[in-house]
Amino acid sequence: MTALIFLIFAAIAVFCAISLVVQTHPVSSALSLIGVMGSLAVLYLLLGGEFIAAAQLIVYAGAIMVLFVFVIMLLNAGAETPTFQTSSFVKYLGIVLLVAFLGLISFIIQATLPKTEGVIFGNFQGTAADVGLKLFTSYLLPFEVTSVLILIALVGAIVLARKEI
Amino acid sequence: MNFFILTLIKVAVVAFVLLTTLAYLQWIERKVIAHVQLRVGPYRVGPHGLLQPLADVVKLITKEGLMPSHVNKVFYLMAPFVAVLLALISIAVIPFGPEIKIGPVTTWMQLTDLRIGILFVIAISSIGVYGVALGGWASNNKYSLLGGLRSSAQMISYELPLALAVAAPLLLANTLSFREMVNYQSGYWLGFIPRWNVIPEIIGFIIFMIASFAETNRVPFDLPEAENELVAGFHTEYSSMNFAAFFMAEYANMVTVTAVATLIFLGGWQPPFPEPYSDAIPILIFALAGLIAVYHGVHPARRMDKFTLPATGLVFLGIAAIFGLSLFVPMLKAILMALFWFCGKVLFLLFVFIWVRATLPRFRYDQLMRFAWIFLFPLAMINLLATSLIVALTTK
Repeated sequence: MTALIFLIFAAIAVFCAISLVVQTHPVSSALSLIGVMGSLAVLYLLLGGEFIAAAQLIVYAGAIMVLFVFVIMLLNAGAETPTFQTSSFVKYLGIVLLVAFLGLISFIIQATLPKTEGVIFGNFQGTAADVGLKLFTSYLLPFEVTSVLILIALVGAIVLARKEI
Repeated sequence: MNFFILTLIKVAVVAFVLLTTLAYLQWIERKVIAHVQLRVGPYRVGPHGLLQPLADVVKLITKEGLMPSHVNKVFYLMAPFVAVLLALISIAVIPFGPEIKIGPVTTWMQLTDLRIGILFVIAISSIGVYGVALGGWASNNKYSLLGGLRSSAQMISYELPLALAVAAPLLLANTLSFREMVNYQSGYWLGFIPRWNVIPEIIGFIIFMIASFAETNRVPFDLPEAENELVAGFHTEYSSMNFAAFFMAEYANMVTVTAVATLIFLGGWQPPFPEPYSDAIPILIFALAGLIAVYHGVHPARRMDKFTLPATGLVFLGIAAIFGLSLFVPMLKAILMALFWFCGKVLFLLFVFIWVRATLPRFRYDQLMRFAWIFLFPLAMINLLATSLIVALTTK
C-alpha cells in the first residue's frame, strides 16, 4: 500500500518537475512547482517526517510560492517566446543522449556507493518534538547560523530595493 | 474491514451535515443581517424563507455557465474547484466530540486524528489562497486580477499573526493534536472557572479572530471583493456552479476557522460549567425557546401565520425532552452534550462573523496592510514571547 502511494506521488512529482521546465507560461510553471512541493510533502509524510511535510506545505507551497505567483500576476508576465529554433532531429537525438546519460549516472552510483539497507516507510523519527530537540541540541550552531544568513539576505534585499523607492 | 465501513459512515454523516450547514449558513446570514437592519430578510420561499437555500441551489445549477473570451480555460475552470476542495478538506481532522460508544462500537467523533492536526489545518489554509488568486488571474478581467492580487497579499500578511496566535496555546498544551488540545482544557480553576485557553490567551484569541476575518475574506477585510471598487472582485466573471463553488468555499472556510478557534481557545466540547449544572443548560435553553415561540405563536395579537411559530416551539420542546431523557442514557448523553457544546460555540462564533459583517464598514486597503504589519504582527509576537517566557519559567 505504502509502496503504491510512493510510486503514485513520485510519478506526480517527476511529471510536475518536467512540466515546470517545459511550460512556456510562468504561471503554469509556478503551479507545476507547487505540484512538485505538494507531492514531496506526501513523500516526507510516507517516510514518517510529518513535521517536515507540514513545514514544506506551509513555508514553500503556502508562503514562498504564493509570493512567486503574486509577483508573476502583478507584473502580468506573458507566455515566453522561444528565442532559438531547434530542428526535430536535434530533439530526438537529445532524448536518446539524455537516456544514455541518466543510465550512465545510475550505473556509476550503483557501482561506487556502498550497499545500504532499504528505506523503511514511516521509520524516520520526524515528529515535531524530535525535530525541535535536534535543532536546539545537536544542530544548534547550524540553526543559528542559518537564521543569521537569512537575516543578512533580508537586509541585503532591503538595501538593494531602497534605491528604487 | 470494520474500520473501513465505520470510516465510510462517518465520512457520509460529516459530509451531509457540513454541506447542509453551508447551505443554511447563508440563510442564517441573510436573516441575521436583515434583522440587524430592521428588515425581515428572505420570507417568500417556505415558512420564514426556510426553503430559500434549496431554491438558490436549483437556481445556480440551472443557470448557464458563461465562459468569457480569451480566458485561460484550464485555470479558469480549475480555480473554483481548488478553492472548494481546499476549503472542505480541513474538516477531516477536526474532532466534534470525545470517544463514544454506540453498542459494541467504540469510536472518536472525528474522521481522522493527526499528531500534527493543527499544523495540517494551517497548511491547508495557507495554500487555500490559490483558488482565489488563480480565479482572479485567469478571468482576463482587470477587476478580477486586482481582487486576486489583493487576496494573495492580504492572506500572506494575515497568516503570520494567525499562526503566531495559534502557537501560544500550543506552547501551553505542549501538543499539536486537536484531541490532546481539548483534553488539556478540561477541568476547572477554583472549581468553576473553565480551564480554557481563552482565559490566559485572551490577546491571542482576539488576534486569531481578527486575522481569521482577513483569512476568510470577510467584512471588514473583504477587499478582494469590494463592490464599489472592483465590481465583485475575483469572482466577477464566474456564474452558475463555478460561482457557487467560490461561495461555498467562503462559508466552508468560516466553519473551519470557527471550529479551530473553538477547539484551540474555547475548550472544544468541554462545557463551561461543572458536570451536574452543565447538563441542565441545554434543556433550559431549548425549553425556554420553545415556550417563548409557542406563546408568541398562539398570541391573539398575531393575525397571520399562526402555524410556523407554534410548530417551531414544539420542535424545540421536543429537543428539550430528548436532552432530558438523555440524562438517563449515559451513551446518548455523551454524544448529545459534546455536540451541543461544540456546535453551540461554533454557531456563536459564526454569529459573531455575521454580526461584524452587519455592523462594521470596510477598511481601506492601505489601512488593512498597515494594521496587519504595524499593529497585529508585533502584538502577536509579544504575546508569543510572553507566553513562552511564562511556560519556560513554570515548567521544570
